[in-house]
Amino acid sequence: MRMTVNLLPAGLALLLATAAGAQAIPEPSATPDSLLLLSDSLAAAASAQVAEALPEVRPAVLTSIADVPNDAGDHLSVSFEPSPDSASVLAYLILRRTPGAPDSLGGQWTIVKHVPLGDPTTDVIDGYDPDFLVESGVSYEYRIDVLTTDGRQIEGASVSPVAVASGEWFHTEKLKVLVGCVLFISLIFFYFKRALSGHQLYLRPIPGIDAIDEAIGRATEMGKPILYVPGLSSIEDVATIASLTILGRVAKKVAQYQTPLRVPNRDPIVFTVAEEAVKQAYLEAGRPDSYEANSVFFVTDSQFAYVAAVNGLMIREKPATNFYLGMFWAESLLLAETGSLSGAIQIAGTDAITQLPFFITTCDYTLIGEELYAASAYLGREPKQVGAVKGQDACKGIVMTFVTIGILLCIIDLVTGSYADPSKSLLAKLQGLIDVTSLE
Amino acid sequence: MYETIGIWVAALFTLAIYSFLYKENPLYRLAEHLVVGTSLGYSMVISWQRMIYPRLVLPLSRGEDWLLIIPAVLGLMYVTRFFPKIAWMSRYPIAFLLGTGMGVAFPYDMQALVLRQTQATLIPIYTPGAPWHEILGSIVIVFGTLAALIYFFFSKPHKGLFFGTGSKVGIWIIMIGFGATFGFTVMGRISLLIGRVQFLLSDWLHLIH
Repeated sequence: MRMTVNLLPAGLALLLATAAGAQAIPEPSATPDSLLLLSDSLAAAASAQVAEALPEVRPAVLTSIADVPNDAGDHLSVSFEPSPDSASVLAYLILRRTPGAPDSLGGQWTIVKHVPLGDPTTDVIDGYDPDFLVESGVSYEYRIDVLTTDGRQIEGASVSPVAVASGEWFHTEKLKVLVGCVLFISLIFFYFKRALSGHQLYLRPIPGIDAIDEAIGRATEMGKPILYVPGLSSIEDVATIASLTILGRVAKKVAQYQTPLRVPNRDPIVFTVAEEAVKQAYLEAGRPDSYEANSVFFVTDSQFAYVAAVNGLMIREKPATNFYLGMFWAESLLLAETGSLSGAIQIAGTDAITQLPFFITTCDYTLIGEELYAASAYLGREPKQVGAVKGQDACKGIVMTFVTIGILLCIIDLVTGSYADPSKSLLAKLQGLIDVTSLE
Repeated sequence: MYETIGIWVAALFTLAIYSFLYKENPLYRLAEHLVVGTSLGYSMVISWQRMIYPRLVLPLSRGEDWLLIIPAVLGLMYVTRFFPKIAWMSRYPIAFLLGTGMGVAFPYDMQALVLRQTQATLIPIYTPGAPWHEILGSIVIVFGTLAALIYFFFSKPHKGLFFGTGSKVGIWIIMIGFGATFGFTVMGRISLLIGRVQFLLSDWLHLIH
């Protein structure tokens, strides 16, 4: 057994424990400029006396090092047995080094993680800290030190065997997600094809979508502009994509009616796509000459500065119709309330659950969640898009079937009495079938 | 000295923005234009200092990561929008962003928004010995989810017992949920207002401590 006793001032020890060691712990014998310089014999003798007076704290024992499965080769699992003298332990320090490497490349022991007192964890995954990343194919050794309540650092009893992290091509635990994705995509494509082959697919009316034409007509009659806010999110957001599709439809109608359009943008890339969509709509409407270059414009990427600008525009230009379609955050009420005060007819739509109540209270029509995604299919009535909506409904049907089966299994569990035993419960088995909690 | 100037500027612009509550006025307009301009200038500096220089220019100039040339070229293609003849090139980075965004989001959404939510709904609606409010909660979760899903069925007319009544219950459940969210968020907004009033009365006017 290898055991060394370092004497650290208690404050420094705490600092080390909480900061998780941004610096490598110096080897006491190898670093003359260490904070614990025990170079002269007098200091060593004094320390030995103090150490003798302190209670013995047995070290933690490193039990295993293993590569974490289903990752990119950037994590290692470290398990240890805590010190039997837990009353004197402040924290466990997990140290790592690459054997044979120069000090600058991880060759010296470095604290990569700490487990504070009270944390029952004895299995630690190393590699999450961006300052101490684990690299695939690199050899690592580990050691567990104990930081005692009186400021000593008890070096680990043993050094782990060399461990190497390796990555996998396929995350086997994500198989359920893959099956779900394939099933849902297949259903959507099935209804795509059905719609294309001439099947008439019914879509129920949605008041908010039916009101879009009415709102554009109102602005035309009043000779006032239409304001279209495509949300404040980036282009990767599904709500933004849905909004830009609707913008194309709205712009086509606007071009036909020769109504002014204002599209302020927060995201530069969304601005570009919005500009393209509006230009294309004017072209499709046969009025490319009517397109105003400044109708789609970038404001700023700062959330509330954007709101200040759009609110100012609403009050100054007094648009007759305001569309807020896309992803919104705290600005939703600020925009919709100002629009309401300006007397505009307002149609909103978002999938942000926390913002929907504000739109519902201040706007004339609100597209709730998925209604926003379905809106472009409603407006265009193109077979592909209608087929996609039908496919999504089929996916919802599958989820509802699962929930209904869950209710039935719950009743069976109650009748048979197996509800109390998770190993026999049918509902628990169904839950296990789609369990993805391990991925979180 | 600088702190005092900062507090005065912040306080005056807070009041300028609040003056919008009365009506749109030149003071609000001044604040609006200043906040838009400064925010844009600030974000440009931040983009250069935090993103472009340390993550692109520096590693490339040191020859550390040549793969960074790919995003650099994609970024430069976006700038071609300023040149009408080659503006079409800007569509490539946009297509790249859209494609990767959708590709990355789809499995995560399937995991978090479909499978995880379905799993969370597969709960026992009745457990002998459980308190009544827990049983009621479970019933609301399971049947409320079913009803809300019925409301979002677009390809069936909302008529009859299943789709008609189901969708009506669904929209009620959704609205009750929104009501709770509304109250919760309003509480958060009021705390923001309190923070601003505290700043005006304490840091600026020193009327309260």
